Amino acid sequence: MTTAMQIHKYDTVIVGAGGAGMRAAIEATKRSRTAVLTKLYPTRSHTGAAQGGMAAALANVEDDNWEWHTFDTVKGGDYLVDQDAAEILAKEAIDSVLDLEKMGLPFNRTPEGRIDQRRFGGHSRNHGEAPVRRSCYAADRTGHMILQTLYQNCVKEGVEFFNEFYVLDLLLNDVAGVRSTAGVVAYELATGELHVFQAKAVVFASGGNGKFYRVTSNAHTLTGDGQAAAFRRGLPLEDMEFFQFHPTGIWKMGILLTEGARGEGGILRNKDGERFMEKYAPVMKDLASRDVVSRSIYTEIREGRGCGPEGDHVYLDLTHLPPEQLDAKLPDITEFARTYLGIEPYTDPIPIQPTAHYAMGGIPTNVRGEVLANNTDVVPGLYAAGEVACVSVHGANRLGTNSLLDINVFGRRAGVAAAEYAATAGFVDLPEAPAQFVADEVERMRDATGNERVTEIRKALQDTMDKNAMVFRTEQTLKEALEEITALRSRYRNVSVQDKGRRYNTDLLEALELGNLLELAEVLVFSALARKESRGGHYREDYPNRDDVNFMRHTMAYRETDTEGNESIRLDYKPVVQTRYQPTERKY
Amino acid sequence: MATPTLEKQPAADTGHLVTVTFRIRRFDPERSADAYWQDFELRIDPKERVLDGLHQIKWEHDGSLTFRRSCAHGICGSDAMRINGKNRLACKVLIKDIADVKDGVGTKPVVIEAMKGMTVLKDLIVDMDPFFQAYRDMMPFLITSGNEPTRERRQSPRDRERFDDTTKCILCAACTSSCPVFWNDGQYFGPAAIVNAHRFIFDSRDEGGEQRLEILNDRDGVWRCRTIFNCTDACPRGIQVTKAIQEVKQALITRRF
Repeated sequence: MTTAMQIHKYDTVIVGAGGAGMRAAIEATKRSRTAVLTKLYPTRSHTGAAQGGMAAALANVEDDNWEWHTFDTVKGGDYLVDQDAAEILAKEAIDSVLDLEKMGLPFNRTPEGRIDQRRFGGHSRNHGEAPVRRSCYAADRTGHMILQTLYQNCVKEGVEFFNEFYVLDLLLNDVAGVRSTAGVVAYELATGELHVFQAKAVVFASGGNGKFYRVTSNAHTLTGDGQAAAFRRGLPLEDMEFFQFHPTGIWKMGILLTEGARGEGGILRNKDGERFMEKYAPVMKDLASRDVVSRSIYTEIREGRGCGPEGDHVYLDLTHLPPEQLDAKLPDITEFARTYLGIEPYTDPIPIQPTAHYAMGGIPTNVRGEVLANNTDVVPGLYAAGEVACVSVHGANRLGTNSLLDINVFGRRAGVAAAEYAATAGFVDLPEAPAQFVADEVERMRDATGNERVTEIRKALQDTMDKNAMVFRTEQTLKEALEEITALRSRYRNVSVQDKGRRYNTDLLEALELGNLLELAEVLVFSALARKESRGGHYREDYPNRDDVNFMRHTMAYRETDTEGNESIRLDYKPVVQTRYQPTERKY
Repeated sequence: MATPTLEKQPAADTGHLVTVTFRIRRFDPERSADAYWQDFELRIDPKERVLDGLHQIKWEHDGSLTFRRSCAHGICGSDAMRINGKNRLACKVLIKDIADVKDGVGTKPVVIEAMKGMTVLKDLIVDMDPFFQAYRDMMPFLITSGNEPTRERRQSPRDRERFDDTTKCILCAACTSSCPVFWNDGQYFGPAAIVNAHRFIFDSRDEGGEQRLEILNDRDGVWRCRTIFNCTDACPRGIQVTKAIQEVKQALITRRF
C-alpha cells in the first residue's frame, strides 16, 4: 500500500510552534504567505515549561546595562560564545521584553507598575561584582505566559497552523551549484498522509533533543527532529557536545525546579545541612552558572555528602522563605513538590539532582538566523532559531533566562529574514519524488517485522547517556557510550511497531523519534570525545582544564556516507567570534 | 569515573510495586466502528503517575494504545482525560491516589476514557479543533488603541493581580468537557473560552472588554452556565473557573470591569 501525498506551496514554512516558531510566525505572516507545521498543538510546546524569566537589562529595579549582560553571557558560555551575537542578544533583549509586554504578556510588576525583575544565576552587576536583578518574570511560569502570549498574537495575526504535522525531511535542490531550500516533507498524524510543502524559505524552530537522557526536564516530544533532518541532509551540527544539566531537577524525575527558587533566596544543602556552594563559588554562591552548580552537587554526592539512604541527591531548601513569598513568586514549583514528592516546601527541603535540560549546540546559523552549510556559506532559504539552532549565543553553557530571550530575539530575526528572502526569491524546484525518502522510511517502519522494540533501545540509550555522557565525562566513558550507541543503531534497523494503522499512529511516531535521538546522541558523544578539554557544560575529568590554544573553536559535525552506504561522522572546527572580551579564568 | 548517582542502578527489588488494573475505553475506527473496554493489569510503583501506567501499557504490552502527552508534569495540557469519572491530567494523578490499593493490590480498576462531549478520534485522543475555535471566538489577545508607548505600559501590582488566576489556563479542555451544559449542547462556548475572555476583560491594559462581553451575551454565551462547579473541580491548574464565569456575568449586568 502506498502512502497518500499532498503538495502545498507557501512562501515561508516554519517548522515548530514553540516560542521561536511562533515569534517567527508573527513576523513572517505579516510579510509573506506563511504556514506553521507543528508536531504538537502550539500551546503544548515546551517553551511553556520554562519558569524563571527572561533576561533584559531594563534597569527597572537597579542599575544595569546591556554591556554587563553581554559580558555575563560570554563568561557564562565559558568564552565559546560568538561575541557579536551575544551583543545583539543583550541589546535586543530590552525591546524584546517590551514587545512582549505590548503584546499583552502579564509580567509581575514593581510598586510603580513597571516590569519587575529578579536575580538569576550568572547575571551580575558590573562584570561579576554581585548578583543583579535582570530577569523579567511572571511568577514561576514565565515560559507559559510567553507561549500563551505568542499564541494569542498568532491568533490575532491569523497565522495558519498545520497542527500535528510531523516534519521528517528537509528538501534541498541544486541551484547553480548551490544547495538551496526547496521545502519540507511532513507526516500528518491524524491520517498518516504525507505532505510536501514547497517553500521559498523554511525556518526550523523545532526545539531541543534532551530525551536521549533519562533524567531530564525535557518533554517526551523533544527528540531533535529538526537537527536530525538537517544532519541527514549533510548539513553540519555545531557544538553538540555542550549540553546543559540544570542543577535543580526533582530527584529521579528530572522535573525542573526553577533557578528562580535560588533567585528568591533558596539554598542548596548537603546531608550535613551545609550551604556547600559557598565553597565552590564564594561570590555568586547558589547563583553561580548552572554548569558550576551541577558539578558542585555531584562533587558533594561523590564525596559522600549526598542526602538520603543512597546519598544520591542534595536538598533545595526554601523553608526559611516566608510562605507568602513562595505562594506569590514560586507557586508552580512548590505545587510540583507537593504533587510528585508529597513534600511541603514551607517546612521541608526538596530533594533534587541535576537534570538534562538544554542543548547549547544545534544547527549553525549566523545572526540573521541563516543556516550555515559550512564555516562560511549559508544555505539559501534556510533559517533556524531557538534551541534547535546554534548562533552561538550560549557557547559552552547557557545562562538561565537567556533561552526565553534567545527564542524571542532570534525567532523574530529569523522570521523577518525568511519572509524578506521569500519576498524576492523564487521557488526552487522540488527534487524528483520529493517524498520518496520519507515514504520509504515510514512504510518500512510500519511493515517491519523485526524483533527489536523501541522502548528497550530507548531505555538502553538513556542509560548509557546518563551514565557516560552526563556532567562528568572521560575518554573511557565516552568510548563506552559510543560503542553502545553504534550497537543500538544497528539494533534499531530491526525495530518493528505494533500499531500498523494510519490514524494517529503514535507507535510509529515514537519509533521515528528514536531514530533521531540515536543519530544525535552519536554526534554528541563523538564531538565530546574529540574535545579534550573542559569548558562550560562539557567536563572531561581526564582533561579538567580549559584549553584555549587547541579548543577555542566551535565543533562542526557532518554526516558522511561512503559509496558503500557506510555512515561516519566527520568533525571540522569553526573559529569563535571575539570582540570585546579576552578569555580569562572563570570564577563565580 | 562516570556521573556518580547513576552508576547505582535501581535495585531489582520490586517489593514496592503494586498490582493495578487499568480499564481503558478503546476506539479505533480503522479497525472497528465500535468502542470497547479493555483491561490491562500493571505492576507499578504507586508513586508513579497514571501517565506512567499508560506508557507502561503502550511500551510493553500494546503499542496501539493511543493518547496525547508531552511535558508529563501538568504544564502542556496534552493529556487531559477522564479518570474514574473525573477529568484529570494523566501526568498529575498518582497511582496511589486513584487506585485504592490494599495489600499491594488495587481494589477497583482505574477507569480511563476520552473526555466527554468531544469527538473521539482514536482511544483517548479527541478532536480539539472545536475547542480551540471557541477560544479564538473570544478574541484572546490584548486589544488597545492609540499609539504604543515607548516603554512598557504601566500596570499596578493590584491591577495585575485582578486577572492572575485566569492567566494560568493551559487550554487542556478539562473544564469545558466536564460541563454538563457543554455535553448537552455543543454550541456553548464552554468554561475555558470564558476563562480566556476573563483574562483580557479584567486586564487593565485591554480595551476590548465591551466587544468580548457582547460575544458572551449571546445565547450560547455565559448565561448558559448553571454554576455546577464541575469546571472548577476539573481544572488541573486550580483556577476558580466558576468564579471567573460569575465575574463575567456580573460585568455584563453592571458593565463595570
